[in-house]
Amino acid sequence: MKTSHYLLATAVTALAGLGATSAAAEDLTLCWAAWDPANALVQLSKDYEAQSGNTMNFEFVPWPNFADRMLNELNSGGQLCDLMIGDSQWIGGAAENGHYLKMNDFFDANGIKMSDFIDATVTGYSEWPKNTPNYWALPAFGDVVGWTYRKDWFEKPEIQAEFKEKYGRDLAVPETFDALKDIAEFFQGREIDGNTVYGASIYTERGSEGITMGAMDVLYSYGFLYENPDQPYEMEGFVNSAGAVAGLEYYKALYDCCTPPGSSNGYMSEGIDAFKSGQVAMQMNFAFTWPGFESDANVGGGKTGYFVNPKGPDGQQFAQLGGQGISVVSYSSKQDAALDYIKWFAQPEVQAKWWSMGGYSCLKAVTLDPNFPESQPYAQTFLDSMAVVKDFWAEPSYATLLQDTQRRFHDYVVAGNGTAQDALDGLVRDWTETFEDDGKL
Amino acid sequence: MTDETTSRVPASAPVRLGRKIKGLSDRSVAWLFIAPTIFLLLAINIFPLIWTIRLSLTNFRANRTSADIEWVGLRNYRRILTDPDIWNSMQATAHFLIWTLVLQVLIGFTLAYLINKKFRGNDMWTTIIVLPMMLSPAVVGNFWTFLYQPQIGLFNYVVGFLTGADPSSFSMIGDVALAPWAIVIVDTWMWTPFVMLICLAGLRSIPESIYEAAECDRASKWRQFWTITIPMALPFLMLAVLFRGIENFKMFDLVVQLTGGGPGSITELTSINLKREAFEKWRTGYASAYAVILFVTVFGLASIYVKALNKVKER
Repeated sequence: MKTSHYLLATAVTALAGLGATSAAAEDLTLCWAAWDPANALVQLSKDYEAQSGNTMNFEFVPWPNFADRMLNELNSGGQLCDLMIGDSQWIGGAAENGHYLKMNDFFDANGIKMSDFIDATVTGYSEWPKNTPNYWALPAFGDVVGWTYRKDWFEKPEIQAEFKEKYGRDLAVPETFDALKDIAEFFQGREIDGNTVYGASIYTERGSEGITMGAMDVLYSYGFLYENPDQPYEMEGFVNSAGAVAGLEYYKALYDCCTPPGSSNGYMSEGIDAFKSGQVAMQMNFAFTWPGFESDANVGGGKTGYFVNPKGPDGQQFAQLGGQGISVVSYSSKQDAALDYIKWFAQPEVQAKWWSMGGYSCLKAVTLDPNFPESQPYAQTFLDSMAVVKDFWAEPSYATLLQDTQRRFHDYVVAGNGTAQDALDGLVRDWTETFEDDGKL
Repeated sequence: MTDETTSRVPASAPVRLGRKIKGLSDRSVAWLFIAPTIFLLLAINIFPLIWTIRLSLTNFRANRTSADIEWVGLRNYRRILTDPDIWNSMQATAHFLIWTLVLQVLIGFTLAYLINKKFRGNDMWTTIIVLPMMLSPAVVGNFWTFLYQPQIGLFNYVVGFLTGADPSSFSMIGDVALAPWAIVIVDTWMWTPFVMLICLAGLRSIPESIYEAAECDRASKWRQFWTITIPMALPFLMLAVLFRGIENFKMFDLVVQLTGGGPGSITELTSINLKREAFEKWRTGYASAYAVILFVTVFGLASIYVKALNKVKER
């Protein structure tokens, strides 16, 4: 009898223990784009799984369909994702429509300070309304559009000599967009190592956001502004200023003169292919692509150099922000566990490991470390680029604003319809109509 | 004898179902059987249509479900019908529709006419010809982008070889003048076999005796073709045109894979444009009005066409 009581007590304790374990451990799903950094995050998250007992699942969608798929998920109140690493432009809509959990209280309770993160990433990925202390995400992956170039080609004595003879200056990393175009023209159609090569690969994609990211990357430094800094949503004379028109004309000229044949619909992956296959001397692309070049058999091993987006005609220098913050989806039934993951991810040692694995940490403790600039060949360029970023609208209507921009820019740059002035005037009309519909004008 | 017969009839005749199911008339039982179908039709066809019409009169956005929905009357319809971009999109669709139909009917009928002749390897050739239509449009779109690639594409190489032009000097899907033709070529390559099969069915349904009678009357082959073959195959041809017309009016996947609607908006067919409005810009009310306009257009054209088809069949 005594033995049976003892066995019963043991069984009850064991069952209670099992129950407690299953209640504490959660299956979390993190949603992001399908790209190299996501694979690095899977590896990094194994540490979290070991530490917390929670299981991490991942839902990755290729970039061209990422916004469609994930915004559908959020708009329908879906519970697929507990954590979302959503694009920076989604923040306004996600905040206003209640898709993301507001994180101020959580940050305060856990000693997570936004001042510890790169300022531009806090504004770009976390805040809504912009420049107010209302946080909806933790900066997770810093990204910016910059340039890569074939260092080995630039260093060839015969090429250097020919360039100097033609332009009267040394062939070096371009500091202005005019210099960049000269270099691109110089390489266009040139024979190098028995292959015909071309000047530059730039963004021209029509379907999602490609040509907007590329053209804006140039327009900012030519004086383009989204609105009157003193009068929100006043766009006439800012979006279609003389500088902005010149910037768009430059982008078309660069597309016409110096890109490989058939570059009418290229974005990130097409740029990577063009550069790795040795087609182009220079390539515009987001910084996330850079670690892949270092390890590539064709362009790695010191053959690739990196530079910040060049300056415009008046010396202004800006670059298009990329990257994302990590948020907790408000429809998730596992919000506590999701917040626990973010708490773990924000730790300096985790962020340091994130950078070492190819993830662009936004934590100042990592990026301001004295060893950071030497930690990778592209680290300094990343830092310099992040200091000059600007981003597209992050309004709830960003998708409409973006699609109008895609059409106007592609119509002019690739299809050659109308003038740059027509395209930007049309854009002002489109954006005005959208903001009128939103009741903001 | 008569009494015997009448007494046997009720016993052998099926008992009326209504009497079996207590208190229900035959009419009620009939309704009971068709009710599930009617319910399904209402749920998946009629209700969404009515709901779409209702949405088309509002400023509803599916990505802002918490926002107030404003009744805007016919504003969405006015905007669509006066938007030059929508008309450009309609024009692109019309170009695609007309040229694909013309080419597919001409080539499809010619192939069917040739395949209909008895020759060795007839079956093998039929199988080879119908292969393209068995492929997924997404796959076809993807591999044709490679074929059209100016530097490595086979299409450009062949054109270059035949004309002496530099293969990398033109881009079928990147050039405004060529892109509309690039999508016509791919759709024709893929769907001509479908038209051929329908025409083949038409040609094989013509009785041999009619041709024999024409031979007796010393009608020439040319005369037989125009007075027997074409009129008798015409209903089949018209059916093929109807199927392909409806399919191509809503063409989406193939063109998205090939050009994404570009360069600019030159190949942005109405279905691509509609998808952008509905699921990228999230202007649900506007997109609903757009969908209603397209529905009325297709429905109207198809109704007129079906009437014409029936008249041809009656002849």
